[in-house]
Amino acid sequence: MLQTKLRSLAPKNDVVSFLILAAILLVALPILFDIFRLNLIGKYLTFAFVALGLVLSWGLGGILSLGQGIFFGLGGYAMAMFLKLEASNPENTQIQSTPGIPDFMDWNQLTELPWFWEPFHSFGFTLFAIIALPALFAYIIGAAMFKRRVGGVYFAIITQAIAAILTILIIGQQGFTGGVNGITDLRTLHGWDIRTDSAKYILYFINVMLLLATLVAAQYIRKSKLGRLLVAMRDSEDRVRFSGYDVANFKIFIFCIAGIFSSIGGAMFTLQVGFMSPSLIGIVPSIEMVIFAAVGGNLSIFGAIYGALIVNWAKTILSESYPELWLFAMGAMFIAVVLAFPKGLAGIYESYVQPWVDKKLKAIQDKKAKK
Amino acid sequence: MFADYTWAELGSIFAMQGFSGLILFSVLLLMALGLAIIFGQMGVINMAHGEFMILGAYITYLTSNLFSTYLPELFDAYFFIAIIFAFIGTFLLGALVEWTLIRHLYKRPLDTLLATWGLSLILQQLYRTIFGPREVGVTLPDWMMGSFQVSEMIEVPVNGMIVMVITLFITLGVFLFLQKSRKGKQSRAVVQNRAMAGAVGIDTARVDRFTFALGCGIAGIAGATFTMIGSTGPTSGQLYIVDTFLVVVFGGAASLLGTIASAFSISQAQSIMEFFLSGSMAKVLTLLTVIVILMLRPQGLFSLKVRR
Repeated sequence: MLQTKLRSLAPKNDVVSFLILAAILLVALPILFDIFRLNLIGKYLTFAFVALGLVLSWGLGGILSLGQGIFFGLGGYAMAMFLKLEASNPENTQIQSTPGIPDFMDWNQLTELPWFWEPFHSFGFTLFAIIALPALFAYIIGAAMFKRRVGGVYFAIITQAIAAILTILIIGQQGFTGGVNGITDLRTLHGWDIRTDSAKYILYFINVMLLLATLVAAQYIRKSKLGRLLVAMRDSEDRVRFSGYDVANFKIFIFCIAGIFSSIGGAMFTLQVGFMSPSLIGIVPSIEMVIFAAVGGNLSIFGAIYGALIVNWAKTILSESYPELWLFAMGAMFIAVVLAFPKGLAGIYESYVQPWVDKKLKAIQDKKAKK
Repeated sequence: MFADYTWAELGSIFAMQGFSGLILFSVLLLMALGLAIIFGQMGVINMAHGEFMILGAYITYLTSNLFSTYLPELFDAYFFIAIIFAFIGTFLLGALVEWTLIRHLYKRPLDTLLATWGLSLILQQLYRTIFGPREVGVTLPDWMMGSFQVSEMIEVPVNGMIVMVITLFITLGVFLFLQKSRKGKQSRAVVQNRAMAGAVGIDTARVDRFTFALGCGIAGIAGATFTMIGSTGPTSGQLYIVDTFLVVVFGGAASLLGTIASAFSISQAQSIMEFFLSGSMAKVLTLLTVIVILMLRPQGLFSLKVRR
């Protein structure tokens, strides 16, 4: 009983893909690259969290959110606020006119900590907020929209507008949020310096482990009854509704899950890169996150991770050497993914590479059987 | 926040801000008109709409340079020729884009969104390569500058007036075209019932291309008009795209009248609030209000009563 259930949750192919991915991320990349490059890869992998969430909500559920940067930012800012408060203890900030508050508040003539910063003194609350804030936010957006059967294009445009609003708000309220520069100069986590090389190694591995755990959760959702319902809803919403399911609740749930995934990614981004700014929240980054999932294949949870890695890698390489080419390449990628490869890399793998691998495997097995 | 001002001052503030709101209204409406045709009527999400507008602006910039070097005696009138060039240029690009990209994607609206976003990135980089990353501005003929003095405190800039007049004409033209002309009726018929329109002998593929290109052409006119009140850079289009989509969605996607009403209310709210709050907060409040209203009333201000 348990075995059949396990087998349905994790078919052999998926287990193999999972092990390969884990081997690449945990063994191959750390051996191949120095800490500077590994830290960059860690940064790319934080976007893989977002792409995973998009595979669930967009690929499976058909809900395209162009505002995943909102959730990435919520998680990232929550973590950044905690680290910033720790970095601006009264000893470090005694040259300010009000010691003990973050430096950008002092520059903006604030004399005390705003109320919503207070709870972020506690690490426990910060971790709680990284999960709860995006869930709450996604619930409000989702409930308001899906209960009224707003979906598809309208949902995409409205989430995009919310991302735009949040960016304008953060940039405008410089004294409370650090403005366009974001929250920078983060130093320690409970006295542990996060800027050293050894800390970066440890954070990379924490990041990968979290990502793998998220992957397992995503696989569980995909294979559960909920996952099947989501696919059914995407393909024929009315039929699911007439079968007696409350479509809106499933949509809200999966949107919240996607938000939480993004938020974890954002928090890990802050820890590894050492800052958080509105440039990771707005319209452009949010829509770039969609392209990670689309290039990887919006139906494949493994594809999402490779997509995030490859697109970001290409971005770094291209914009280092040919900055003008990057936007052309990116634009072409959008068009190509839509017109020529709707299933992304995962689709190419499934239709070309996998049959070849299967044939080879079968040939080996046949040989063994003959002997 | 009103306590520091006298009544007369408040009146003038509202008049002045109201007027600058009217200019904003004209720009929003011109941009939204093209989008209302493409998105509201055809259901295509054109994220590159802003870049079509910028193309119109760049064409105007080129025309003004052309006139000042070769035909300085006709410089006073260059603007009207620039508008025509801008329309033709963006119309042709629109037709090309429809032919290569959009026509494969009519049944997949979310995919048009991604593909046109890719297109917008390519166009932006193209502008940056050709015209350089810095913003360019056009020199206006003398008669377009200056302002009328209405009362002691109220001043009305001339270029703002011209923008409004152009908007009025274009809006009226589009409205009449869609309602009365043969081509307009055909495109409305295709939008409302594609199969039926095809059955009575309308070449739907051609009408689609024409409608899309027309929407782009209007964006080009919007861009040309835009040069009178602001400068143009490769990424200027992106600043407006969210606002424009919100205008169309807020107005009720299929209704031209709704687009006008929503452009008016959004621009007025924003420009009046701008005087009392900071610019960014005014924008945040306006957009937030629009989104809350849309959450309560997803079909927008004006919705057509149609059977779905």
